[in-house]
Amino acid sequence: MAAETLTRPGPADTDEATAARAARSRRRNRRLLILGAQVLIVVVVIGGWQLGAERGWLDKFTYGSPSGVVSQLKTWFSQGTATGSIWHNIAVTMQETVLGFLIGTVAGVVLGILLGRFRALADVAAPFIKAGNSIPRVVLGSIFIMWFGLGPSGKVALAVVLVFFSVFFNAFQGTREVDRNFIANARILGASEWRVTTQVVLPSAMTWIVASLHAAFGFALIGAIVGEVLGAQAGLGQLIEQAQENFNANGVYAGIIIIAALALIAEFLITRFEMRVLRWRPSELSGDAAGL
Amino acid sequence: MRQVPATSAAPAADTRDKADRARGRCGHAPAGPVRPKVVLTEVNDTVRDAGGGTPPPDGVPAIELAAATKRFRTPSGGVYTALRDLDLRVEPGEFCAVVGPTGCGKSTTLSLVSGLEAPTAGQALIHGKPVTGIDPRVGFMFQTDAVFPWRSVLDNVAAGPRFRGMGKREAIDKARDWLRRVGLSGFEDRLPHQLSGGMRKRVALAQTLINEPEILMMDEPFSALDVQTRQIVQNELLGLWEMTRPAVVFVTHDLEEAIALADKVVVLTVGPGTVKDTFTVDLPRPRRVQEIRMQPRFVQLYERIWTCLRDEVELAYARSAGTAPADGGVALEKAGSASGPAGEGQH
Repeated sequence: MAAETLTRPGPADTDEATAARAARSRRRNRRLLILGAQVLIVVVVIGGWQLGAERGWLDKFTYGSPSGVVSQLKTWFSQGTATGSIWHNIAVTMQETVLGFLIGTVAGVVLGILLGRFRALADVAAPFIKAGNSIPRVVLGSIFIMWFGLGPSGKVALAVVLVFFSVFFNAFQGTREVDRNFIANARILGASEWRVTTQVVLPSAMTWIVASLHAAFGFALIGAIVGEVLGAQAGLGQLIEQAQENFNANGVYAGIIIIAALALIAEFLITRFEMRVLRWRPSELSGDAAGL
Repeated sequence: MRQVPATSAAPAADTRDKADRARGRCGHAPAGPVRPKVVLTEVNDTVRDAGGGTPPPDGVPAIELAAATKRFRTPSGGVYTALRDLDLRVEPGEFCAVVGPTGCGKSTTLSLVSGLEAPTAGQALIHGKPVTGIDPRVGFMFQTDAVFPWRSVLDNVAAGPRFRGMGKREAIDKARDWLRRVGLSGFEDRLPHQLSGGMRKRVALAQTLINEPEILMMDEPFSALDVQTRQIVQNELLGLWEMTRPAVVFVTHDLEEAIALADKVVVLTVGPGTVKDTFTVDLPRPRRVQEIRMQPRFVQLYERIWTCLRDEVELAYARSAGTAPADGGVALEKAGSASGPAGEGQH
């Protein structure tokens, strides 16, 4: 090998260098092109919307306008809302979301692994899980308002129910798919059933569990917002609901934008978490998942 | 690939020892430099090899399967018999290879001894006592990679002692020591997927041997490796085995590997598996697997065992291919003689 590279004449190196440079510039051009297209789409959509609203093609009262949304956001952030400062409202919604997400995730993982490990338990629980899963979750919101009142606990409960099923099914499946050899190996090496579960099954099923977390956080947010729309004293869902009742289209859009921003931040954090827990996987596998 | 320090001593002594070893019933009685508790014998009634065997010292084999039968329920509701009335004895410190055609229940024998599965009928015994669960004296090396991909190499090797309640620091020190023995010092922090197949096998070897098993089950552990790497790892296995001398049951479909490594080769029939014949391998130790296959005695043993194994392989092939035994038989016989005992080929 070494001799071969030594005897190989110089031009090969320059060829490679040129090729690498060309590939780099191709990649850069492609990135610029994509960025340009994305900017263009934003300009056309927002600009068109603004233009339409100003020229009267779109009814401002019904459809709002980008400038109206911006001024609504400004008002919220500088002067606060009818139900306290905007930060208070964001905090309430996020508290409900994160709490619901955590409780639902832990419950889903624990139950998923438990039922995945013990076949008999799974057989017993199967009809109840199926029945529970078949209930449209949003109607539970009304029940929870009756149970918990207008405070945050009802919203948390709704978020928990939504998160639980999406995490549970993945944790269950992930547990069932754990390589039998890993379990047999751990048992022979001397692991107790508890250690097999925590140190083999859990890390192995993590690939499945983490995949469900992206969707699960979205569900938690839906749970909190829907709960608030149905009835609340504070929160982003309640803001949107207020805006809707006042026929303030800009207020609805502004609320949506804040929620979307929060969801994106959460998504970023979950992706970071995913890369951290799954860093043992070959990069070409976990890298793809982080792409979108 | 680097040669491992721990094993490099063995091959050096090899050629020198060959002459003296060849005189007696080699492989067994003469003591090597590191061989504390070697008393190797054969079960008299199953020995087919010339010379017979010396009777066991206390009559208690390290591993015994007595008329073991194992049936599995198939998903379609039927019953599949993997093993039928299988008798197997392995003495303490003995290296026993089990060969047989595909699907003859070779791996099932290992599950029975290790306690991963219980026999449907008959008994599995370790040192004369029935196996009731996973025995801490047993080590198991799997066919596919069973090292934990989410743990670093060091944590993988330390897993056994940690699972058994050893302190973290002590377990890590011990793991470092074993990584040095398998020639993987400097790779402690790598993840399994960052290693080559041969290196992963050495991690698995260290992971298994760190528990110092008295009984070692090996289920075609090297079948996924290329021929050169496999021979290197086989040598390393022999070197490490010489140090602690566990009783080994080594399942393989590769007859060359079986003869090169083992003291005794057990041929199983096509499923339901039962012992067809047992052969003593009286080749001198320490062995060097790359070279031992060129010895006339090796070739002789290979021919004799292959004759026994051939019918079973042909039958298994005919079953799986759905052809008449005669057709498959001719094809396989050719393949068998082509690969030859000294060749590198698989059969």
